[in-house]
Amino acid sequence: MTIFAVFDIGLVVLILGIAVSTIAARDAFAAVIGFVVYGLLLSIAWVRLAAVDVALTEAAIGGGMTGMLMLGAVARLRFAGGNDISISLPVRFATAVLCALVAAGLAIAVLSPPDAIPTLAPMVMENLAQSGLGNPVAGVLFVYRALDTLLEKVVLILALLGVWSLAPDSVWGGIPGLRVYARRSSTLTFLAQLLPPVGIVVAIYMCWVGAKEPGGAFQGGTVLAAMWLLVMIAGLKRVPSIGQPWLRPLLVVGPVIFLAIGLAGMVLANAFLAYPPGYAKPLIVAVEVALTLSIGVALGLLAAGPLEQAQQQ
Amino acid sequence: MNAATLFGLSGAALVGIGLYGFVTNPEPLRKILAFNLLGSGVFLVFGVVSRRAAASGLGGDPVPQAMVITAIVVAFAATAMAIALVLRLLQETGRSTLGADSPGDTDRVSGNS
Amino acid sequence: MNLALDIFTVSAVSAGALFFLAGTVGLLRFPDSLTRLHALTKVDNLGLGLVVLGLLPQTNGLFGALKLVSIWLLVQLSGAIVTQLIAGTVRRRGSNG
Repeated sequence: MTIFAVFDIGLVVLILGIAVSTIAARDAFAAVIGFVVYGLLLSIAWVRLAAVDVALTEAAIGGGMTGMLMLGAVARLRFAGGNDISISLPVRFATAVLCALVAAGLAIAVLSPPDAIPTLAPMVMENLAQSGLGNPVAGVLFVYRALDTLLEKVVLILALLGVWSLAPDSVWGGIPGLRVYARRSSTLTFLAQLLPPVGIVVAIYMCWVGAKEPGGAFQGGTVLAAMWLLVMIAGLKRVPSIGQPWLRPLLVVGPVIFLAIGLAGMVLANAFLAYPPGYAKPLIVAVEVALTLSIGVALGLLAAGPLEQAQQQ
Repeated sequence: MNAATLFGLSGAALVGIGLYGFVTNPEPLRKILAFNLLGSGVFLVFGVVSRRAAASGLGGDPVPQAMVITAIVVAFAATAMAIALVLRLLQETGRSTLGADSPGDTDRVSGNS
Repeated sequence: MNLALDIFTVSAVSAGALFFLAGTVGLLRFPDSLTRLHALTKVDNLGLGLVVLGLLPQTNGLFGALKLVSIWLLVQLSGAIVTQLIAGTVRRRGSNG
């Protein structure tokens, strides 16, 4: 048994333990904190599975952004009506047995790998050089499965529209309710003044380095969104109302440029979302930059939550 | 047993844990949380598929990895949407739990809509 | 030379890990929030600092080393701020729970 095996077993025990405590916790706040820790530990597991891009995304979005969203919800639900539904012990037991069966079925599937393991990695590597990228995951995201990436951006925008449209009529077009976090504090103001320049540099670096090493538009956009949220929470900048004229173009600039390049590919390279030979890398970098901006704005607004204040005149 | 199998098994266990929490916990917010646990378990199993398919000097097959990245972002979008629904439910009914079938509550909901 | 650097790495990272252990024990065993925060700051400053210091000789070139040091600095900054914020909340609520 090597030291790596010991580390892996310890990591798995921690992950499973925190997952159970997240489910079992009485207090919703404790459950959310457990979930954030769980997301960070899971990203270490992704590193152990040689998927550094996924690890970055899991830490940033799975742990950080989702955690913030949930914390905001816990704060808003604090005074909500109590939970008066109880589930009887036999039902719990039956549920546990059924869930264990599902898990066991998956475990059997994991333990019995197919004889010939299908892999697309050689095909990706063969054709990666043409795109000028060095990071195979970025290659898959922007060259071979570009349609998925484009649609995923559309999903982000649709989710944002869904969140906004849940607002009552009186606050439609108003301001997302980030006030729940707001508490003036000189310490927080200091952080919000000091960190964003560093964070923006980190976000640009992540976006840029994504072409050849782990990183990319998602991770960079998340850092950007975090910086924006920090500035708004500290009260240095007001939360914009969703009717702001600059907001909506920023939201769609990434998908629109992606789509435009994809349509141009139909003429110049004979396929939707194909890049003309020789121009692949500059085009992909342009798309990534625009997407980073759009993802940053979309994630920030999603995390800021539903509209709560009418627009101020 | 190698590392990939170990993480695959823990992914399977996470799916079970998440499913249990999703079914038994009455609070919608906790259900959303449990559903996220379930989802990350599925991603982990998928990551193991990627790790096993390592070839061409890579640590894993990049295609499943890219799909997991997409999936994490979409899961976040769905979570944000679900939380907005719960908060709206609170606004409309003053409660955060589902399944309260008392007539008074349904009246209040229909009265507001 | 390489061996000396490796020994330096192992000893510094081990010392860092010891601080992590001590800090975690403190987090679990100390009686109130403020003393628990005190234990945590030791982990942030010295524990991570020693781990980063130990890893510096193993990086490939100046750029990697700079990234490691900036991670430590960022953790220092966020650790100090978060500690301040939590301590402020504890004080406002007037409880040491």
